[in-house]
Amino acid sequence: MRKGVRNWGPPLLLVSPTIVILGIFVYGLIGANVSVSLSDRHSLSPAESFVGLDNYFSLFAEERFQHSLYNLGIFTLFFLVGTMLFGFLWAWMLDKGVSAEGVFRSVYLFPMAISFIASGVVWRWLLNSAEGDRASGLNRIFESLGLGFLQNPWWNDPTWGMAAIALPAIWQLAGYVMALFLSGFRGIPDELREAARMDGASEWKLYRHVVFPQLSPVALSALVIIGHMSLKVFDLIMAITKSIYQTEVPATYMWVALTSNDYAKAATIATVLLLFVAVLIIPYLIHTSRSEKAQR
Amino acid sequence: MTISTGIDRKPAPEPAPLTGRPSRVTLGRTAKYVLLILFLVVVLMPVYVLVVTSLKPPQDVNPATSWGLPVRWPWEPALEGGATGFDNWSLAWDALSPAIARTFLLAIPAAIISSFLGAMNGFVLSRWRFPRADWVFTFILFGMFIPYQAIMTPLVQMKTSLGLPSGISTLLVVHIIYGLPICTLIFRNYYTGIPMELMEASRVDGAGMLRTFASIVLPLSLPGFVVTIIWQFTSAWNDFLFALFLSNQREGPVSLALNNLAQGAQLANYGSAMAGALLASLPTLVVYIVLGKYFIGGLMSGSVKS
Repeated sequence: MRKGVRNWGPPLLLVSPTIVILGIFVYGLIGANVSVSLSDRHSLSPAESFVGLDNYFSLFAEERFQHSLYNLGIFTLFFLVGTMLFGFLWAWMLDKGVSAEGVFRSVYLFPMAISFIASGVVWRWLLNSAEGDRASGLNRIFESLGLGFLQNPWWNDPTWGMAAIALPAIWQLAGYVMALFLSGFRGIPDELREAARMDGASEWKLYRHVVFPQLSPVALSALVIIGHMSLKVFDLIMAITKSIYQTEVPATYMWVALTSNDYAKAATIATVLLLFVAVLIIPYLIHTSRSEKAQR
Repeated sequence: MTISTGIDRKPAPEPAPLTGRPSRVTLGRTAKYVLLILFLVVVLMPVYVLVVTSLKPPQDVNPATSWGLPVRWPWEPALEGGATGFDNWSLAWDALSPAIARTFLLAIPAAIISSFLGAMNGFVLSRWRFPRADWVFTFILFGMFIPYQAIMTPLVQMKTSLGLPSGISTLLVVHIIYGLPICTLIFRNYYTGIPMELMEASRVDGAGMLRTFASIVLPLSLPGFVVTIIWQFTSAWNDFLFALFLSNQREGPVSLALNNLAQGAQLANYGSAMAGALLASLPTLVVYIVLGKYFIGGLMSGSVKS
């Protein structure tokens, strides 16, 4: 290790603008947000007193917030399962050498390049809840294919409605999970596969005992990435339904609270959201930095 | 030296030796292609809908025929003297073009500036380290994962109290700041692939840190810059959250303008909303098509951003 200020002064100086900027705009503002969430600033007029965790207790007691958590849970469940399933399936099919692989890969991945606002325009129409004669979008397809019984009110369904919002999210990100898995598949040394084949393993056994176990780090990162994106879902809901009760999640509820100038409530919801993400991300960061150190 | 996308094409494996059950092998392959093509069709379905609907005059946009191709040429009105399919496009263009121009002014500088800062950070965090550099890195990295809601309330208050404008300039600053963690991460990972000996050699020759960065590391950095610039350009272009909280419909970027066009659209001019969605997606799609290989590289190195 190089010693002395002359050696480590300059590099530290070079990152110091970033440290200061992020110190203010990430950590400082998070601190400010938490302090607003502990105050009684429910309108444009300044906060009058410190109320401790009162805002948190009343938030969790609120039926509307519980409903937004329920929605988030349903969305996350379907989004995770859907992206992992299709991402894995596509990567697996493409792994074994397919002609025109590049074409399939590019098409599966392209929705990732598009904003949720733009794709929301078309998905709003595909998920139109009208049925029968007025049906459009997917319901219309079901109707004309003689699958009328599949017609459903999509996001207007009170129990499973949020699963409908997961459809466009899956459409948009399954290709990303595919890319992650594909890089996992391609990262497995050929020697390993050859050795297994020499030992007489069948293709299935090869996958079952050699390839799949090697993919678990990739699967873990994909789960963490998709999971943390899921907790933050906002654009997609605003684009498809605007902020309405049926599809409300904490992120859109926070927008409603802030635009009605209930700063304390907006800050409280945001802090809860941050805690959810932290519970997912911090162990993951620790895990990756440990395995990185072990590799050095 | 290139950033591995991890999924570069490899020579296709030798076909499995025929083991006396050729029919099963062929059947399996056929089934796989059928599935792959089926998924291809499903993934492209929304694009089909966008294109055909945008080319229909308002009178022809009818739920009963919504999956059908347009029944007339896009320049032919459904009614005498009425609107045509092309009118959807000109309407969308009128509504979005000023915002599209503004968004270029936002996304290009945001991409270049955060990339450059990220390159410097990545360099000192990987190749010209100081004690506790890993802590500093984790400190920076965390900024990538936070839900931006967690800083939004004080950020909005800060914008109001400082009297910052609702236009592109405020958004530019915000995108540069919150782009720093991802750019730092990408460059740190990229520079880890540059041999340490290069730094040592340069040091022996008496070059300082900045000199080493400028004359040895920067010239090797092009692939890293391509990745961060694509990444930052796409996220600034597609951003809606910051735009909604910090900007407004008249001065904001294309995501706001498109959302307004789409939410305002009645069934009658659904076509213009769809044309608008296609217009607003073109720049990122062009980036994706032209630089697709690097785009994937960006997704990999950025493994973790929404």
